[in-house]
Amino acid sequence: MKKRVVLYINQFFAGMGGEESAHIPPESKNTILGPGAAFTQAFGDEAEIVGTVICGDSYYGEHIEQAREECLKRIRAFEPDCLVAGPAFNAGRYGVACGDICTAAQRELNITAVTGWYSENPGRELYGANVFAVPTVDSARGMKDAVAKMSRLALRLMSGEPMGPAREEGYFHRGIRKNFFHEKTGAQRAIDLALQKFHGEAFQTELEMPVFKKIPPAAPVKDIKSAKIAICSSGGIVPKGNPDHIRVSSAMNWGKYDISKLDDLTPENYESIHGGYDRTWALEDPDRVLPLDEMRKLEREGAFGKLYEYACTTTGTATSVANAESFGREIGELLKKDGVDAAILTST
Amino acid sequence: MVREIEKTAGIPVVHIATIVPIMLTVGSNRIIPGIAIPHPLGKPGNDEEDHAARRKLCERALKAITTKIDKQTVFKE
Amino acid sequence: MKLELRQAFVRDVQWGEKTQMKEGVLFIDKADALSLLAEEKRFTHLDMDLARPGESVRIIPVKDVIEPRCKLEGKGECFPGFIGGSETVGNGATLVLKGAAVVTVGPIVSIQEGLVDMSGPGTEYNPYGATCNVCLLVQPAAGIEKKEYETALREAGIRLAWYIADKCRDAAIDRSDVYEMADSVEGKAAECGSNLPRFVYVCQAISQGLLHDTFLYGVDVKQILPTLVQPQEIMDGAMISANCVSACDKQNTFHHQNNPVVMELCARHGKDLNFLGVIVTTEMMTLVGKIRSSEYTVKLAQMLGAQVAIITEEGCGNPDTDICMNAKNLELAGIKTVVIGNEVAGQNGASQGLADVTPEMNAYVSCGNINELVELPPMKKIIGDIRAIANVSGGDEKSIGSDGTIVCEIQSIIGSTNELGCSKIGCEWI
Repeated sequence: MKKRVVLYINQFFAGMGGEESAHIPPESKNTILGPGAAFTQAFGDEAEIVGTVICGDSYYGEHIEQAREECLKRIRAFEPDCLVAGPAFNAGRYGVACGDICTAAQRELNITAVTGWYSENPGRELYGANVFAVPTVDSARGMKDAVAKMSRLALRLMSGEPMGPAREEGYFHRGIRKNFFHEKTGAQRAIDLALQKFHGEAFQTELEMPVFKKIPPAAPVKDIKSAKIAICSSGGIVPKGNPDHIRVSSAMNWGKYDISKLDDLTPENYESIHGGYDRTWALEDPDRVLPLDEMRKLEREGAFGKLYEYACTTTGTATSVANAESFGREIGELLKKDGVDAAILTST
Repeated sequence: MVREIEKTAGIPVVHIATIVPIMLTVGSNRIIPGIAIPHPLGKPGNDEEDHAARRKLCERALKAITTKIDKQTVFKE
Repeated sequence: MKLELRQAFVRDVQWGEKTQMKEGVLFIDKADALSLLAEEKRFTHLDMDLARPGESVRIIPVKDVIEPRCKLEGKGECFPGFIGGSETVGNGATLVLKGAAVVTVGPIVSIQEGLVDMSGPGTEYNPYGATCNVCLLVQPAAGIEKKEYETALREAGIRLAWYIADKCRDAAIDRSDVYEMADSVEGKAAECGSNLPRFVYVCQAISQGLLHDTFLYGVDVKQILPTLVQPQEIMDGAMISANCVSACDKQNTFHHQNNPVVMELCARHGKDLNFLGVIVTTEMMTLVGKIRSSEYTVKLAQMLGAQVAIITEEGCGNPDTDICMNAKNLELAGIKTVVIGNEVAGQNGASQGLADVTPEMNAYVSCGNINELVELPPMKKIIGDIRAIANVSGGDEKSIGSDGTIVCEIQSIIGSTNELGCSKIGCEWI
């Protein structure tokens, strides 16, 4: 049975005019419009366009939630297996609309959704992590090629067969890593790569070096003697018995522990559960990783105002950057809420 | 994690760890080199030295908290 | 150096009245094998079991895997520093029981080992689902220090592996491979001509403390400066693993004995490259130590006249700084580098996979995302203790289903993302 596909396009590709019609609200058509004919041909016997949903680029951009909801409703009414949107080439508002409607269709309607855009289309930066998008040139002269790629990808995704890497399937990757088995072992691949590099040939790394985000430094504390300071750690220092079952590595959670009545961490009250370092010295004296003892002394001496009553801790080894970032945000929210002025975080 | 705490709470966060290149790479702004991976704030062997070393690092952290910086800075003293 | 690896193919393992090889079957005399360790006071309980490819068997927790090898001719003995003395190995002839492995299994003591499945999807992730495994199961003596326990089990595994090979000295040889290369830089240049690129293999060995250690000729590499090793020495067991953390990228002694970078470079020596030798370097726990090892490694590479370096990593996290330093420093010295490592990209694959990066590390071979989840079907027999999965990195108490199915990260499978590049596994963008 032929798969049912809905095509989403803007006012221009629907033949309703250019900028002057960019404000038209969503509407549905049973007819094949714009690139629909090219898609029909490209799909052959395997799929067909069962309906077209149109929306003005400015309307979508200016009423994003309404436009999304209305378009989804119209798409749903056609009972599709798949949505193809655009392609948007380098048109920014169109790219944003395509990215948005594809993301929503995947999430709300649980259908395959495919679009296409030029590498610099702003829609790609906003939605590229969620959406299957094929690379196109920067203008509609690339329509035939884009339609061919989009329909091939849509059919692959609908087939339910296991997908290969993005570079083989022909779409912009979504920033997700997946394991695959190659023809050659890692050692063989490394030596081949080394020879290409040595001989000045083009070579392809298997992992590009990312650029980590930096943030401007926070302002210093002006009056340290009245400052509330928190101590935190990614060294896995937790109350004895690990009450929150923080994992020895690849942590999925962090813990908040009341240290307000403690002056010292000892093997009786605290322990290290971090699996990535030799815990001998941390087990003997957990202060060597989370410095409660000396901070308490400095607090009593008036070197700073007050030690925050909770220590926040997790395990840093093999913990994904995404988890570390979300723990950081959650801990940041807590410290902010409780009026903490500064924090010291220790890592192993 | 340090960077996100700093960004979310808007407060200075001092990062004490041994592998300074990693802290620089992940974007920690106020960095203090630790003593060794398994005991970043400890010098096992001699109790007195252990506490003295820890205290010195804590004092350095307090200093880093009150120092104005405009880029990532490693506080070595 | 000239080393002949004489291989006797093992296609089955059985208990027998005498430890020997007969027509491709390895027979183990259990009582005789166990008597090797009878004097060992560090264990209270010792047992052995056998696991064969295709069986519905899961082995957990695995501490190390060792390939039975012993010297037939030539100076010294395999596993120098443990079985052998200090004489340089790598010459003569060595017996290899190909298709057999000794697997040491012990209760987890605050660290993580991994699992081996003898059938099902788990077999894709390491070579041990295809080897006839002689499992040594131990219980440590009460009150024993962790360091003692680890040392005892490491030594026991090596002794058992050597004993098995030793008893099979007269096994029929199915295949023989000769690894002959000149000793000196000059000699290698004469063998290869000046046109072939001069390769050095920088082997980072973990050296960070209890259960994160490596031994070279019986010396704990935490104590050494980077040093030169000939490929054949590694084939004779000069490098021994004492690393038990993160099952996925722990380098078992079996991996060292069969180091794929060493074996590939040897195979191509004189053909499209000149393999100068191996620099064994360390992954130290202090910044000063890391800088020292990296500087020293570059110097050794320059003294050899290397033009290209293959760098392998052991572990993830702070060792990522070592590969970055080595890649950067070697590239700045004009030596082209390729790094083999793995990634910690989260269970959803969306996380940045490395703890440290540098722009000079622009040729990276990835041995997989350690956090990717896998479902392993229940097995009829467990050798060891299935509950150990709760402590295994990449698993937790919820990992085991009521029917024995395990859902865990591939991190929990021994050798799944081994960074010597043994496996065909890789990682791509989707």
